[in-house]
Amino acid sequence: MIHFVLLISRQGKVRLTKWYSPYSQKERTKVIRELGGVILSRGPKLCNFVDWRGFKVVYKRYASLYFCMCIDQDDNELEVLEIIHHFVEILDRYFGSVCELDLIFNFHKAYYILDELLLAGELQESSKKTVARLIAAQDSLVETAKEQASSISNIIAQATK
Amino acid sequence: MGSQGGFYQSKEFLDLVKSIGEARSKAEEDRIVLGEIETLKRRISEPDIPKRKMKEYIIRLVYVEMLGHDASFGYIHAVKMTHDNSLLVKRTGYLAVTLFLNEDHDLIILIVNTIQKDLTSDNYLVVCAALNAVCKLINEETIPAVLPLVVELLAHPKEAVRKKAIMALHRFYQKSPSSVSHLLSNFRKRLCDNDPGVMGATLCPLFELITIDVNSYKDLVMSFVSILKQVAERRLPKAYDYHQMPAPFIQIKLLKILALLGSGDKQASENMYAVVGDIFKKCDSSSNIGNAVLYECICCVSTIYSNPKLLEFAADAISRFLKSDSHNLKYMGIDALGRLIKISPEIAEQHQLAVIDCLEDPDDTLKRKTLELLYKMTKSTNVEVIVDRMIDYMININDNHYKTEIASRCVELAEQFAPSNQWFIQTMNKVFMHAGDLVNTKVAHNLMRLIAEGFGEDDDTDSQLRSSAVESYLHILGESKLPSVFLQVICWVLGEYGTADGKYSASYITGKLCDVAEAYSSDETVKAYAVTALTKIYAFEIAAGRKVDMLPECQSLMEEFLASHSTDLQQRAYELQAVIGLDAHAVESIMPSDANCEDIEVDKNLSFLTGYIQDSIENGAQPYIPENERSGMLKISNFRNQDHHETSAHSLRFEAYELPKQTVQSRIPLTSLASTEIVPVPEPIYVREIYQTTTVPSASSDAGSTELKLRLDGVQKKWGRQTHSPATSTSSSTSQKTDNGITQVDGSNTSNSRTLETYDSRKQQVEITPEKQKLAASLFGGSSKSEKKPATGHKISKPSSHIVERSHVRKSSLEIASEKKASIQPPPDLLDFGEPTVNSAAPSVDPFKELEGLLEPTTQVDSAENHGSTAAATKSPDIMGLYTETPAGIYNKDDSDILSGLSNPPVRNMLGGTRSMQVAQSSKGRNLKNSLEKDALVRQMGVTPSSPNPNLFKDLLG
Repeated sequence: MIHFVLLISRQGKVRLTKWYSPYSQKERTKVIRELGGVILSRGPKLCNFVDWRGFKVVYKRYASLYFCMCIDQDDNELEVLEIIHHFVEILDRYFGSVCELDLIFNFHKAYYILDELLLAGELQESSKKTVARLIAAQDSLVETAKEQASSISNIIAQATK
Repeated sequence: MGSQGGFYQSKEFLDLVKSIGEARSKAEEDRIVLGEIETLKRRISEPDIPKRKMKEYIIRLVYVEMLGHDASFGYIHAVKMTHDNSLLVKRTGYLAVTLFLNEDHDLIILIVNTIQKDLTSDNYLVVCAALNAVCKLINEETIPAVLPLVVELLAHPKEAVRKKAIMALHRFYQKSPSSVSHLLSNFRKRLCDNDPGVMGATLCPLFELITIDVNSYKDLVMSFVSILKQVAERRLPKAYDYHQMPAPFIQIKLLKILALLGSGDKQASENMYAVVGDIFKKCDSSSNIGNAVLYECICCVSTIYSNPKLLEFAADAISRFLKSDSHNLKYMGIDALGRLIKISPEIAEQHQLAVIDCLEDPDDTLKRKTLELLYKMTKSTNVEVIVDRMIDYMININDNHYKTEIASRCVELAEQFAPSNQWFIQTMNKVFMHAGDLVNTKVAHNLMRLIAEGFGEDDDTDSQLRSSAVESYLHILGESKLPSVFLQVICWVLGEYGTADGKYSASYITGKLCDVAEAYSSDETVKAYAVTALTKIYAFEIAAGRKVDMLPECQSLMEEFLASHSTDLQQRAYELQAVIGLDAHAVESIMPSDANCEDIEVDKNLSFLTGYIQDSIENGAQPYIPENERSGMLKISNFRNQDHHETSAHSLRFEAYELPKQTVQSRIPLTSLASTEIVPVPEPIYVREIYQTTTVPSASSDAGSTELKLRLDGVQKKWGRQTHSPATSTSSSTSQKTDNGITQVDGSNTSNSRTLETYDSRKQQVEITPEKQKLAASLFGGSSKSEKKPATGHKISKPSSHIVERSHVRKSSLEIASEKKASIQPPPDLLDFGEPTVNSAAPSVDPFKELEGLLEPTTQVDSAENHGSTAAATKSPDIMGLYTETPAGIYNKDDSDILSGLSNPPVRNMLGGTRSMQVAQSSKGRNLKNSLEKDALVRQMGVTPSSPNPNLFKDLLG
């Protein structure tokens, strides 16, 4: 089971956090600080896995962003590494060559995507297409709502001219 | 970007994000966030906030919380937001509450009603959003409120909903197994869902159920095997392929399940051999995901009933992992080796040098994994080297969690395999000195017991053990700052055996004990141990008939303890005083020498007091009333009981009061009707059917029961392409494949042989240092060179044939490719077309890859051209390319803070009217057009690529 997902920048700034197991706000801060220290200081050629408090943390660096997932002792590390990559590929497809800036300003979108990929700490969908389709369905609702809103505001604007 | 990218938030929010980005220290960031919290607190409680504004506030709250601050003042607003009718707003609300609240939060009770309503919504997106929330928020108490609704959703027409419902049910099971125990058959049913996504999701709960209770799922072995076989044969839709592997995540889950089911079950395992062997052959070991599946295969092979051929495959895969340059693969190899040596211990020997390389690797993770492997392969012959290594490592780490673990492992190994008493005591001393108080107190007590009981061989060695312990402890006491647990052990041992062999005088030992008590005066436990030890020493002296004179320092110590604040210490000091005053005979009966291992009989009824009680009662004392009969207590316990009853009676009711739940009940048959479409039998019959498949103990695979085949067909039709032929042809095709299998193995072997060979030759050139060899010999107990040579000789013969085969493959794939180019067809059909030819020409996975490699560039060029023509700006990609190149080159080393170039006035036109959504949406994945647009947008935002941190603009997948 995946206990949490963390996105940290190379400067140690938090870009995204998702907790599938219960952690108090205090513990969360501690976890981020601790893991940030461990992971950011690791060299490039080393394993992408770290032992941590009896769990394992799998991380991968993309440009200046580190994607980390915490898993149980008996989970398959390579698989989780690929789940991370799978997530990045979906982000990439969604944002169109995703870069860190996309995630900084659109962290809530990244959350929506993550919610379609992982649920309750397990991989719920391994097809990129299915995830993309669901997110698109949600987004199309957003678009129509926006159009409505803007058309209403246009009407109001014209009426008040 | 269009629907995806846009920065819809207000300027205020963008400013916040930017200023956080510019913050140069954590303190500055905190200050900004605290300011933001104040603003939000004020704004959010204003009356009549428009929905859009509110939505943004909530997202800002999420941001604040993400940065580690408390946003609990806004939780209630997020909860309110879930009540909204618009899905847009609702979705934000649900996102926020799932991020904010843990399952035990008080506010959850306010969401349950909304969730109930949303689960019955006719918009499946609403249902999905609600199910996401269900997975995170519903706790044991609220499960009954949503359970029937979730179960109903298992038959929802949308696969996304069914999938999430399965996951939710799984979550319920994790939280309270009893609440869903009657619904477990639903998981079996969903396994046959015609959507592979739902089937894949169902494997999660099934894996957990099987972990808990293997035997009730043995009947599913054949189903899992057949699903795995179909997945491996690419029967799932292409969308599930990942890096050219057919649905690898599903394969991994299935292999995990098979491992559980086949563990110690010969019959079940035999059914799996073919498919697992097949996957071994099909796995592409050059990609990470291929290796992930390979690793899972090894795990599976090492747990199911062993099969020599599969073990051979596994050993091959392991040696490939270990010889790889990637640390990840080495790590997995070491882990896999640890699994396999349980079955075939001899396999470790051929990898001894690789293992030692990993042990000496600077990578901490790899080192730990290797130590774990060594721990697993410890024998009495290599225990000294291994434990020494472990202790060396333990001394140099700060990670307390791991230190504790490795310390207890050292202790365990030392207890189990210690070659001599001397070594044992010294090892334990080292562990205690370096791991200190991290060592579990249990370990300390174990050690005391072990010293007291000895190894049980004969009295002589036992007393030797004790003397050497005493000796080494007296020596160690000279060191400053010993951990408390260790001191306790030392005091106890000195008290029991300090004077036992007559080497040391009582006054010497007592002097040492007093020193300990003084030096660690803040540690009450140690002092207590010391006092008791003193008592023992004096008692033994008295019992031996010697005159006792207490050292002056000891006397002053006793005086101090007699007045101690700790009653425990006081009592011990008084006891010491009392013992000293007794005569030899009395002392011997209270403190017999070396009797700590003898059982003490306890008279629980306190019968020796009967006379005394009798006297007292006769003198008018009140008789004793047992606790539970006393009136006061009676009330309290009763009250407690009542309380308990009340809580159970008063547990929350979520159903509405007025309306009877007829509607729900009438729907249940409907759902079962709907499910018949997928599983053509209602539940009881379904179970029987599965049962039948197991009762037929199919020895050979094709003699499998007819029912089974029928079911397979059902699944096949759902997933396979229309052209696929039914049962009979599949069986024939598989047999064909296994025929080919042999040649296939050769192919894969030869492809490795090259790397193997170069590796070996390099190894020999490098010249193994004598130290390493020595270490290897001490760990593995065998010489390495004699093992190696035949192996290399054996492998040299192959490469030539391999090259021939390779070229053949390439040629054939080229032919296919050219054929394809002639008849321009969509890729899937091409692959279909290619399959038979590949099978006949050279059975290897490679052709596929090469083929796709040939195909992909052309399609990409096509799409790029398309975009070029639609998007007017044909020259711009080049410019863009130059642009991203240069700043990266210049600023790469510059590590100063991000976004500091953002100080330009922020954007007015956030949506950037120039970009066209359609183009962006139609284009898949990376292309230059996209990044160009993004660049333009981002510039409008005031962020320029020339800002000091170009990394922000780097494509993550670049």
